[in-house]
Amino acid sequence: MPDMVCDNCGSTEAVVHLTQIVNNQMTTHRLCEKCAAEKGLESAPEPANVPLTDFLAQMGKDSVVEPDTAGVQCSFCGLTFRDFRDSGRLGCPHCYETYAPHLQRLLRRVHGSTQHVGKVYLPPDPSASEMERRLDALRLKLNRAVESEDFERAAELRDEIKALSPA
Amino acid sequence: MNELPTIPDHGLSWLEASGDHPDIVLSTRVRLARNLQGHAFGPRARVNDREAVLRRFRDSASRTETLRGGTLLDMPSLSPRSRKILLERRLVTRDLLGTDPSGPPRGAAVHVSGSAPVSVMINEEDHFRVQGLLSGLRIEQAWQLVDRLDEELGRELPFAYHHEFGFLTSCPTNVGSGLRASVFMHLPGLVLTKEIAKVLQGLGQVGLTFRGLYGEGSEVVGNFFQVSNQTTLGKTEEDLVDHLDRMVRQVIQHEVQARQVLLRDARAVTEDKIWRAYGLLRYARTLSFEELMNLLSGVRLGLSLKLLPGLRVYSLNKMMIFTQPAHLEEAAGRDLSVSESDAHRAAYVRRVLATEGEVTPGDRPSDEGGPSDRF
Repeated sequence: MPDMVCDNCGSTEAVVHLTQIVNNQMTTHRLCEKCAAEKGLESAPEPANVPLTDFLAQMGKDSVVEPDTAGVQCSFCGLTFRDFRDSGRLGCPHCYETYAPHLQRLLRRVHGSTQHVGKVYLPPDPSASEMERRLDALRLKLNRAVESEDFERAAELRDEIKALSPA
Repeated sequence: MNELPTIPDHGLSWLEASGDHPDIVLSTRVRLARNLQGHAFGPRARVNDREAVLRRFRDSASRTETLRGGTLLDMPSLSPRSRKILLERRLVTRDLLGTDPSGPPRGAAVHVSGSAPVSVMINEEDHFRVQGLLSGLRIEQAWQLVDRLDEELGRELPFAYHHEFGFLTSCPTNVGSGLRASVFMHLPGLVLTKEIAKVLQGLGQVGLTFRGLYGEGSEVVGNFFQVSNQTTLGKTEEDLVDHLDRMVRQVIQHEVQARQVLLRDARAVTEDKIWRAYGLLRYARTLSFEELMNLLSGVRLGLSLKLLPGLRVYSLNKMMIFTQPAHLEEAAGRDLSVSESDAHRAAYVRRVLATEGEVTPGDRPSDEGGPSDRF
């Protein structure tokens, strides 16, 4: 019996060691010469793990979670922090308020940020302040479009701003 | 499949092999996750939540220009085979169909636009998944299509939005922009030259991730990779889209270089792999889907390197979709066992390759000439 057998055929001695690092996870495939050649077209690594699962599992273990947090419940949908930790899914929009401090920590680790800077949503019946926030965001986009000399986009944005601006 | 012919283009325009680098990039997908205010998210939604979400969507869709003339398909009322066909065409996800053997949950639906390659899944993990699916590398265009539809829907439907966290989603990995852009790439050069791990690791370092053919958790088969943005919060949609586009173009460059190396250093072996793959596809009597995908990878590489004249990328794209189990069953008009399916698959492939005309090797022996004009 060879010292180290091929991961693929399990009989011949492994001579090729393929080490792959994906998302800081190292996997090593040991293959015999024949299988390595045969597997040439298929030696792609496994898909990366979803990092959230790791974060959540850790959240339960380390001291980030205060002892009484696990029982806190969302007043709208009834989701407990433990439910969230186990499933990785929040229950409803209100959960984002209920668990805001925890989410800020989590979001910083997952996204490197807690602040949305993309599209400013304008709901069906916007308030004056919602309208103003949207206009500010559009003006910012317009400036960027002008700076990058994307005049077609700038013209579109100008029209959009005009349509939203109070007469 | 009585219900499905109502879908414009059968939802398959992304196979047409247009757009940038269609031999390397099969398709581009951009999706936005959106939820309604006042209802629990998908996994915790009760039947009345789900039905209310679908009802509100249905009302709004009729007033949404981009969705006009489209088709709303209600998952529970479709036959199991039709549902699988939609899954195989990437118009719905496994999540939408659920795991209950008695069928998908009530309210699960997909609306396919009649005027643009966009669709909306309703009552998936999030209430709405607005997606655009285009052929080739066209991230910016896909984003613009989806953005327009999102604007139209947002005027009708009160989305859950938070001044700090942005668009709220069931999973915190999607919050903020709710945007996931993904590019479906064929990277045999990088795999064969063993450079792929380095490239994938590099993607991880610049905030991108990769998956197999059918999204999260699916395996990488036939050297096909879906590369997408990992984070959704803290960057504008335009930045996310630009960044992915720039990185994908770099990956394409690496892939092209790897192919040049293959032709330079291992031309005979590479040509042999390609022709063997073609030969098997042309004459095999049974083919499993995985085997087909691996052989198609070889043939696709050959086509891209202009070693296999007379084949079209479109035909190879079509083969990937129409040789999946539900598509084969639909063509046969009955359920097929696994071994029957393998035989039908091989027959379909032989038929397509026969109509593409006989491919014959060039006169030039493999050790002659340089690869420089082959891209």
